Amino acid sequence: MIDLALIGLTRFIVGGQARWTGSLPEMRQRIYFANHSSHLDTLLIWSALPRGLRASTHPIAAADYWGKGIVRRHIGVKVLNGVLIERSTQGPPGAALAPLRNVLSEGESLILFPEGSRGSERLPGPFKSGLYWLSQEFPDVQLVPTYLDNPSRAFPKGTFLPVPISCTVRFGPPLVRHAGEEKDAFLERARAAVSALAPDSLG
Amino acid sequence: MSLSDKLLILFGGVGALLGAASLIGFVLSRRATSETGRATIDNLNARIRAWWVMIAIFAVSFALGRGVTMVLFALTSFYTLREFVSLTPTRAADHLPLVAAFYVLLPLQYWLISIDWYALFTILIPVYGFLLLPSLAALKGDTEQFLLRVSRIQWGLMLTVYCISHAPALLTLDIPGRPGEGFLLLFFLITIAQFSDVMQYVFGKLFGRTKIAPVVSPSKTAEGLVGGGLSAVAAGAALWWITPFTPLEAAAMAFAIVAMGFLGGLALSAVKRSMAVKDWGSMISGHGGVLDRMDSLSFAAPVFFHLTRYFYT
Repeated sequence: MIDLALIGLTRFIVGGQARWTGSLPEMRQRIYFANHSSHLDTLLIWSALPRGLRASTHPIAAADYWGKGIVRRHIGVKVLNGVLIERSTQGPPGAALAPLRNVLSEGESLILFPEGSRGSERLPGPFKSGLYWLSQEFPDVQLVPTYLDNPSRAFPKGTFLPVPISCTVRFGPPLVRHAGEEKDAFLERARAAVSALAPDSLG
Repeated sequence: MSLSDKLLILFGGVGALLGAASLIGFVLSRRATSETGRATIDNLNARIRAWWVMIAIFAVSFALGRGVTMVLFALTSFYTLREFVSLTPTRAADHLPLVAAFYVLLPLQYWLISIDWYALFTILIPVYGFLLLPSLAALKGDTEQFLLRVSRIQWGLMLTVYCISHAPALLTLDIPGRPGEGFLLLFFLITIAQFSDVMQYVFGKLFGRTKIAPVVSPSKTAEGLVGGGLSAVAAGAALWWITPFTPLEAAAMAFAIVAMGFLGGLALSAVKRSMAVKDWGSMISGHGGVLDRMDSLSFAAPVFFHLTRYFYT
């Protein structure tokens, strides 16, 4: 019930049409990685996926936002199937990834925002290394670059209410893995794959 | 003849017309051989199918009464404003004016119309919106292209909310001896504006040679305008019996709607061109966005409203 209401509200306010270019909405294990500029992002990708895929796809949600308050937590965890992670975890590299590994080992898919926090530019900023470690550990999982167009205009950082501006979710061709590729080269290539999906700016 | 009898006849007539169009579309789709011909026919049939849906929505909302019809037009304003703002570059500092436009001014305009507060709904957006929006935008302290940004939002609001809201405002007019016949005036306005668009498209496709505005709108031709415009004026005269107008006056009113509709289509084509897009959106398959269908109506509605109000109430 709540999920349908949320999808209806998302469609009404910001549209969130899915554009599949180079990959198809198929039932297979994937990591969707996207640019991050607004609190709408998780909701947008989640509601752009067809129903069958939605059930087995888990957005990564920052515990300091989606874990706060009963309502937001309920939506984040129960409705969106989200996995809460702590952004501030200290420890060995990749320690914060434990909950994500669990999801992937169970054969389910992930939605990941590798920038870590929300940016305000049209193109994504530098990616954190989590995507690299996960792609190494789970070589069979397909990596699908995803570009979110407009959510930073509909719901900019520091505002309380989204305004009605149409957003689109573009899913691009899966990122190919090159044997022995360095971490930084891989992350830069992944970032370029997301940027390549951005429409030309009208200025 | 009662009001509901008239509406039944009118919607029956529109249904028959669309039925004929669907039949023609079906026959054409079997005959088309060339690649471009097929594309044109496919688009034509998509348009006809979308017309069925739009007519059904109007028929149901008319049947459910004034409140539902107001909500239908408020939603139309909402979607057209969303299309307009989505294509208009805005900055983070425009957020507050946009919140005010979508969540305060739009509902307020339709509420004022539904309670028939004429003196306020005619100045809400042109005066109070005009003063409020730049004030809210200035609060954020971002001066980059300030005048341009403020003007775009104001223009979008005037077009999609203020102008379009004058169509359902016809329901509030009290025409002596004709209580509740606002629905017929609204039907007259929508039918003539849309019929004119459709016939201009048909005449343009069949006989169009002389481009009127090659830069702004290459599909507008003199043959299309004259053929389509005359058809719509004739249709207006033929519909005089549902209006307070004589046949000649009905033709003159239809002429005003056709002329304003043409100018609206032209001006909005120029806006689209300046934004480097062909359609306002993709919500109505075959037609583009909602605003692609509402462009002529938005220009015709306030003029038709004023003409009717000054001369017939």
